[in-house]
Amino acid sequence: MATEILMPALSPTMEEGTLAKWLVKEGDTVKSGDILAEIETDKATMEFEAVDEGTVGRLLVSEGTQGVKVNTPIAVLVAEGESADAGTGDSGTTVPHAAEPLAQPGRGEASRDETGEAPDRAPAAAKSAVEQVNTPEPDESPDWPEGTTVKQMTVREALREAMAEEMERDEAVFLMGEEVGEYQGAYKISQGLLDRFGPRRVVDTPISEMGFAGIGVGAAFGGLRPIVEFMTFNFAMQAIDHIINSAAKTLYMSGGQMGCPIVFRGPNGAAARVAAQHSQDFAAWYAAIPGLKVVQPYSAADAKGLLKTAIRDPNPVIFLENEILYGRSFDVPQMDDFTIPFGKARVARKGKDVTIISFGIGMAHALEAAEKLSNDGIDAEVLDLRTLRPIDYPAILRSVQKTNRVVTVEEGFPVGSIGNHLSAWIMENAFDWLDAPVINCTGKDVPMPYAANLERLALITADEVVEAVRKVTYR
Amino acid sequence: MARKPTETAAPAASANVSRDELLKYYRDMLLIRRFEEKAGQLYGMGLIGGFCHLYIGQEAVVVGLEATTKEGDKRITSYRDHGHMLACGMEARGVMAELTGRIGGYSKGKGGSMHMFSREKHFYGGHGIVGAQVPLGAGLAFADKYKGNDNVTFTYFGDGASNQGQVYETYNMAELWALPVIFVIENNQYAMGTSMKRSTRSTTLYGRGEAFGIPGEQVDGMDVLAVKAAGEKAVAHCRAGNGPYILEMMTYRYRGHSMSDPAKYRTREEVQKMRDERDAIEHVRQLLLQGGHASEDDLKSIDKEIKDIVNDSADFSRESPEPPLDELWTDIYADDVPQTAAEDLNV
Repeated sequence: MATEILMPALSPTMEEGTLAKWLVKEGDTVKSGDILAEIETDKATMEFEAVDEGTVGRLLVSEGTQGVKVNTPIAVLVAEGESADAGTGDSGTTVPHAAEPLAQPGRGEASRDETGEAPDRAPAAAKSAVEQVNTPEPDESPDWPEGTTVKQMTVREALREAMAEEMERDEAVFLMGEEVGEYQGAYKISQGLLDRFGPRRVVDTPISEMGFAGIGVGAAFGGLRPIVEFMTFNFAMQAIDHIINSAAKTLYMSGGQMGCPIVFRGPNGAAARVAAQHSQDFAAWYAAIPGLKVVQPYSAADAKGLLKTAIRDPNPVIFLENEILYGRSFDVPQMDDFTIPFGKARVARKGKDVTIISFGIGMAHALEAAEKLSNDGIDAEVLDLRTLRPIDYPAILRSVQKTNRVVTVEEGFPVGSIGNHLSAWIMENAFDWLDAPVINCTGKDVPMPYAANLERLALITADEVVEAVRKVTYR
Repeated sequence: MARKPTETAAPAASANVSRDELLKYYRDMLLIRRFEEKAGQLYGMGLIGGFCHLYIGQEAVVVGLEATTKEGDKRITSYRDHGHMLACGMEARGVMAELTGRIGGYSKGKGGSMHMFSREKHFYGGHGIVGAQVPLGAGLAFADKYKGNDNVTFTYFGDGASNQGQVYETYNMAELWALPVIFVIENNQYAMGTSMKRSTRSTTLYGRGEAFGIPGEQVDGMDVLAVKAAGEKAVAHCRAGNGPYILEMMTYRYRGHSMSDPAKYRTREEVQKMRDERDAIEHVRQLLLQGGHASEDDLKSIDKEIKDIVNDSADFSRESPEPPLDELWTDIYADDVPQTAAEDLNV
């Protein structure tokens, strides 16, 4: 019986990839474990291997083909004596079988990223709610002069450009973290930086979050400007003592002598189908700490402009990225030195009926909800906070005074959320301007489940935002 | 020259130590002791609050190691930090006024006993979380290596901190990257109230570095000359770019862990025996007298000089006002400091 070999999903978020190279040709005999091809995604290049024995009957997708969707048949494997044409176009006699991506040796957690194993599954059915998030382009751009050329760029490229530009600009800036160098970045953010800046300034660390976070803080005390990459912010919990007790508090405890210019950055929040220990939004945790600055960008332009500002900031900055957003594209201005100041929210969409306040990936839900609401005649204003420390309170106040109704949107847990804080602040400072109670849309009060259907329920959705807006607008 | 503090002090290698050197050690150690005694007094009077960890008994460690430093070398330690600050030349006034929480203190009264710093003297704290200073110290060394100078960082921690995991993460990276850091384990034999033998089966702490390829040795931390000799060896190793070195200083604290120590975990006799037989200051005093370097009168005049410095610091610490109330809101963010450190780099 002929077997169709399907384009494999090499990571939880992969939807398509490039068939970079065939390592077998038609007529070759293969056995289980033989490497068949190299597949490239926007995050990594992976070899994948045969699961079954047989002869390569036909290669259905030629080398170099881009955008091959996951689960597309890419080759046919025939058993001995079978025709090379067997099976193709006759699904009745073929057994679809995704090729097995080679598991990478090493750390268990690596499975959550692009190198992870996701064999033999049907991505369409298992597609996570997280990766289905639409990411509309915000339609107001006051951050660069009118007439500036813009270029479509992924958040990943924008972050990489920001780091490279700042490393060019300031010799004291260096990057350290797990797999930032030779591996080219667990999420390819630092791809190419080792070649460009060398191992002195792109430092691969062992898996020792507490240790290298502390070394980074010490290096900042010693006059350098470290960028410490956490493979994800979940692992920063191992290092949180240094982030808070060593980095955030020392300036104060030293009476102003011992500044700590450091950026802690990495993906934060829910990734797709990686369950509770790898899916958590830490925005509210870090935003609670005086001495830290906290940034959570949504678009690529904000990612670039704010990361450059973060690297120049003389204080410890928590820079919360998002794995789902890394591959999404937005307009980025082509300017010599594009920075965005902290503490300036952005009106991503003007409206008059309700203010939706969000940040980070929450903006995707907020913008999508605003779009749906506009079809029903509700004109929502969407405010992107961008930085959570400092928060742009005047921008919030201006918007509340205009719309008199507020919904907050974030991915984090509901108790002690950013939305809770904003509600309290608005109540204290704009009570008379409110026509309805503020509603906080958040992730659910549960550890993130693995099952696709439960994960979908746990995450915040645009529909929930729409519903909240209907409540506060009584429509 | 590893020697346990319970062994009797040898007459010392006084042949190759100068009179001036011995007098300096005597003076510096005495300053720490008298300062700490005064701090204990002020604590009893309610002028110092919170935690206060005295260094009495361990003076030879910092004084001996400071004798091996050069300008630009850095030091960082735990919360038992008063001795380290005095030894590296920070003013007694500023330290004492910080203990009393006054604006004249090194941290303007906002850090207290456990959190003091001096950029000028390259003293990087003063850290209240047990073991946290270890990666921080390695980070300071990382910065020196990055800048390409030959400075070293003395990273002090205790036998208690030696059981923190981050110490070993740091050992691994320090050796991997050949960082110029000297790990100084001040083994005073009690982690708060838990003796070494109740916390580990290891018989030596410096030996744990072997697993990472870091050389080290045990040193009689009650003998300032032995400390200095070992320090010189470690410094030479580090300055030459050979990576870290571990010095396990066998020492002893006479006072409690902090001011509220029940003193139930060791006997009065054990403490008294150390004071009588192994005291670091008495050791140098005898070297000075027996070597004919100083008379009783000479030493008395030093005692008086020290007493004056300490009394002056105590007076200052009481006269200096509490921080103005607007200090509550300053120094949280450093946005008024230069935006780039590149000009500091010798690259």
